[in-house]
Amino acid sequence: MSLAVELLRNLVKSRATVLYPFKDREKVHVPEGLRGKLAFYRDRCIGCSMCFRVCPSETIEMTEDAKGKRPKFYLDRCTHCQQCEDVCPTRAIELTQKFENFGFDRKEMMLE
Amino acid sequence: MSAATIKVPVGPQHPALKEPENFTFHVEGENIVKVDVRVGYAHKGIEKLMESKTYLQNIPLVERICGICNTAHTVCYTQNVEYLYEKPIPRRAEYLRVLIEELNRIHSHLLWLGVVGHEVGFETLFMYVWRDREVVLDLIEALTGNRISMAFATVGGTRRDLTSTIEHKIRKGLDLLEERTKYYKRTVAVDPTILARSRDVGILTPEEAVQLCAVGPFRRASSIKEDVRADDPYAAHDEIPFNIIAYDTCDFYARIMVRVDETLESINMVRYCLDHIPSGPVRVRLPNTPPVAEAVSKVEAPRGENIHYVRSNGTDKPARYKVRAPTSANLAPLVQTMTSRGKYDVYVADIPVLLAGIDPCMCCMDRSVKFIDDSKGKKWVWTMEQLKRCMSKNVVRR
Repeated sequence: MSLAVELLRNLVKSRATVLYPFKDREKVHVPEGLRGKLAFYRDRCIGCSMCFRVCPSETIEMTEDAKGKRPKFYLDRCTHCQQCEDVCPTRAIELTQKFENFGFDRKEMMLE
Repeated sequence: MSAATIKVPVGPQHPALKEPENFTFHVEGENIVKVDVRVGYAHKGIEKLMESKTYLQNIPLVERICGICNTAHTVCYTQNVEYLYEKPIPRRAEYLRVLIEELNRIHSHLLWLGVVGHEVGFETLFMYVWRDREVVLDLIEALTGNRISMAFATVGGTRRDLTSTIEHKIRKGLDLLEERTKYYKRTVAVDPTILARSRDVGILTPEEAVQLCAVGPFRRASSIKEDVRADDPYAAHDEIPFNIIAYDTCDFYARIMVRVDETLESINMVRYCLDHIPSGPVRVRLPNTPPVAEAVSKVEAPRGENIHYVRSNGTDKPARYKVRAPTSANLAPLVQTMTSRGKYDVYVADIPVLLAGIDPCMCCMDRSVKFIDDSKGKKWVWTMEQLKRCMSKNVVRR
């Protein structure tokens, strides 16, 4: 019985849920500083391999190209811990506010 | 035990919370006379894995020992590694660690209160509490960038700093949480549904709690005033005042009230942190390789005392890491509360509430399994190869 007041108060409240992903996509609350999908700016990278060393989930593999070592990201393994962004000396890695990190094929989840 | 004893297996498919653990209850009539516990269904091998990863890589791994009290594990781990270096970290970082730890405690206790509502058959309470828990999850998300896996503490301090916008948001959220928690406290204290299911259920006397080494709110509900934050202060707990909550009814009701009151205490502690947090850096950079040493660190997790041990060997990876999660200590007293003895009768109907009563986190505490053959008096541990061979043949041996 003690919850009756609360019950009545809820009757006049508007709906709390959002019809994501069919409607109201813009209403999804994304906080500032969310650790979302990883973005890589290849032109800023100096190939120091620091991100490779701190990654706990083996998301990062170092590959060789004409400019030297460059990371390759397997985003399906990423745990969004942000340690790679923290150690990157040139801010070549950034965790964006995009929270949708999925794909139907693992090959689509690669980032170079 | 008489011939009329029957065995009731509960679990391993979610005995109370959604975690695998097997309990065999020996029942006479309605009374439980004996309980057998079998652990090891969710052994994750984290301690072994930690030996193959660097100290920095281990932080997100340690966090995954427990989903709900993840901050307690990261704080304990990072503090432990800092003990190896024997270097202090900035005071602001220590305050921030307390702040995030207490927010985590609020979240954990509210989650548990909802589960209690669910277990006693009071779904309305479950819905309301979990709705209000969203407030604290939003605060955690604003501060750390994620709702549950916070990845906030790191070796040498914290990863992020507190801004004035977030501080304002936290203060506003805390006011709402305090009002709601007080409301739930009033509700729990008078509601006949909860009182009928919790009063004089699952008694653990203070003597038994001490003898069987109960920890955390479970111990404090047996009127023992012990808390790592007060007895062995870590981080900024030496400066932050708080009351140790203890109730003397020693039953399931006391366990609910201890946690509700602790939530209110935590709200006050977060406010104190925000008021008194010193300025300065939040992180010192420490070298990747700590000196050869060993260390033990203790933290009061929402479920009780959490102990970590580390031994370094001069490389960038730990030589040995050991975790004692609170549920591991609480299992023996839990078995005691679920057994009828003397003037205390425990009934089959009380099993769900008693299991939920210790706020179990079975997956945190599942550790390696030793095989014991009572008839031959033999004990042995399987190697990885033997286990793999067994799994590939798909045979179960006794």
